[in-house]
Amino acid sequence: MTYVPLDISDLVLAATLMLINGAVSWAFALGLERTLLINSVRMTLQLAMIGFVLKWIFAQTSPVWTAGLATIMILVAGYEIISRLSRRPKGFAAYLLGSGTLLLVGTLGTGFAVLGIIGPDPWYQPRYVLPILGMVLGNAMTGIALTTSTLLESANRDRAAIEARLSLGANRFSAIGETLRLALRTGLMPILNAMAASGIVALPGMMTGQILAGLDPIEATKYQIMIMFLIAGATALGVVIAGYGSVLLITDSRHRLRLDRLQPASA
Amino acid sequence: MLRVEKLKIANLPSLSFEVGDGECMAVEGPSGIGKTRLARALADLEPANGHIFVDGAERMETAAPEWRRLVRYLSSEPGWWTDTPGEALPSDKKSKDGVLRLLASLNLKPQMLDKPISVLSTGERQRLALVRALIDAPPVLVLDEPTSALDPRNTALVEEVLRYQLINGRSILLISHDREQVARLADLRLQLAPVDEHPGTSQYGAEQVLTDIKTR
Repeated sequence: MTYVPLDISDLVLAATLMLINGAVSWAFALGLERTLLINSVRMTLQLAMIGFVLKWIFAQTSPVWTAGLATIMILVAGYEIISRLSRRPKGFAAYLLGSGTLLLVGTLGTGFAVLGIIGPDPWYQPRYVLPILGMVLGNAMTGIALTTSTLLESANRDRAAIEARLSLGANRFSAIGETLRLALRTGLMPILNAMAASGIVALPGMMTGQILAGLDPIEATKYQIMIMFLIAGATALGVVIAGYGSVLLITDSRHRLRLDRLQPASA
Repeated sequence: MLRVEKLKIANLPSLSFEVGDGECMAVEGPSGIGKTRLARALADLEPANGHIFVDGAERMETAAPEWRRLVRYLSSEPGWWTDTPGEALPSDKKSKDGVLRLLASLNLKPQMLDKPISVLSTGERQRLALVRALIDAPPVLVLDEPTSALDPRNTALVEEVLRYQLINGRSILLISHDREQVARLADLRLQLAPVDEHPGTSQYGAEQVLTDIKTR
C-alpha cells in the first residue's frame, strides 16, 4: 500500500469538472456562473491556506499555537450556532451559550480522546488534537444549534401553554419540560442517524482519508469507531448543556417565561 | 384578601388597592392600557416593583410556584399542553369529584375531558380552563375576560360559579369589557384611564380611579 501524491496538474484536471456546473448554469439560465467561479476560487484558496497553516503548526508542535488555532475554531463554530438561530438571546448571552458550551465539550471530548485513549507523545501534538477537536466541534455544533433553535422557537410558539402551567404553580423546568424534551431529541437525532448509517450508507470522511493515506482498513475502522463514540458523547453533553442553558436564559429565578430576552435574528 | 402597595407596571401609575375576602374588583379601561399586564404582574408572571400581599404572604418572600397557587391568573386565551383536557387536570379522587361538580355547573359534559382539545370550541376550552384554574381552590382569582367567548346563557353560568367562589371567601380581580357583567359581579372598580400628560406629544399615561360600588 503506497500513498500517491497529487501534483498541480492533477488539480487542474479535477477543476475542469467545474465546466459541467458552468454548463448546467448556462443551459438552464440559472445565473450562477459568477458564484461558481468565486466559490471555486474561494474553496481552493481557503483549503490551500489551511494546508499551509496546519503544516506550519504541525512543524512547531507548540501547545500555544495549537491552543490558538483551537480557540479560533471554537469561536467560529460558536458564531455559526448563533447565526443559525432565528430567535437569539440579546447581547453577550448568545455567544456564551454557543462558544461557552463548545469550549466545554470540545475541551472535554478532545482531552478524553487524546489523553485517555490515543495517548500521543507529546499529548498536545496538533496532528491529533486539531482534527479530533474539529470533528467534535462540527458535530456538537449541529446538535447544539438544533436543540437551541428548537427550544427557543417552540417556547415562543407554545408560550400560552407554558404560562398556563406556570400559572397553575409549576416550576420553570416542569412548565417547559415538553419543549425541552423535544429540543434535546431534535439535537441528538443527526448523530444517532449518522451512527446507524455509517459503514453501510456512508463511509465516514476520516476513515476514508486514513484508508487513502495508506492505513490498513481495520486500523482506520478502529479509529472511526472511537471517533463516533467520542462525538456522540460530546454532542449529548453539549445538547444537554445548551438545552438547560437556553431554559435558564428564557426564564428567571421567579419562574417567569422571559421571551423579552430574545430578539429576532435580523436585529 | 389581596392587598397591593405601590405596584409599578410599565405606563400605569403606581397602583395601591385592596380586595377583601368575598369581594370582586373590576378592572376597566381601554385596550392597550395595561390591564392584562397588571393581571400578569399580580401572579408574578411579569416583573414589577412594589408589594403584593395575600393574607399574610408577600409576593417576593414566597416561592413563585407557591405564589401562583395563591394568586391564580387565568389568561383570556388559556393555553393547553396536553392532548385532552382531562390530562391537564389533577387526577386524585377529591379533585375528580370537584371537576365533575364544576363541569356540571358550567354546562360541560364529563366525556369532554377525553376529547382532543383541538376539536373543542373556543367557548368549551374557556370554561374548561376555568375549571382547571378553580380546582385547587386558590384564595385570589385574577380573571382576564373569562367570558369573552361565551354566549349569554353560558356567561350567566360562569358568573354563578364566580359568585359561589365569592361566597366562599375568595377574592376576584376581574378584567371585563362588559359593563353589565361588572355591574352584576363587582363590589369595587379600578378604572384605568389614559391621561394626556404632555399635550401635543404621543406620551401616554394612565390614572387610577378607585370606586367602591357596594351595590349588593
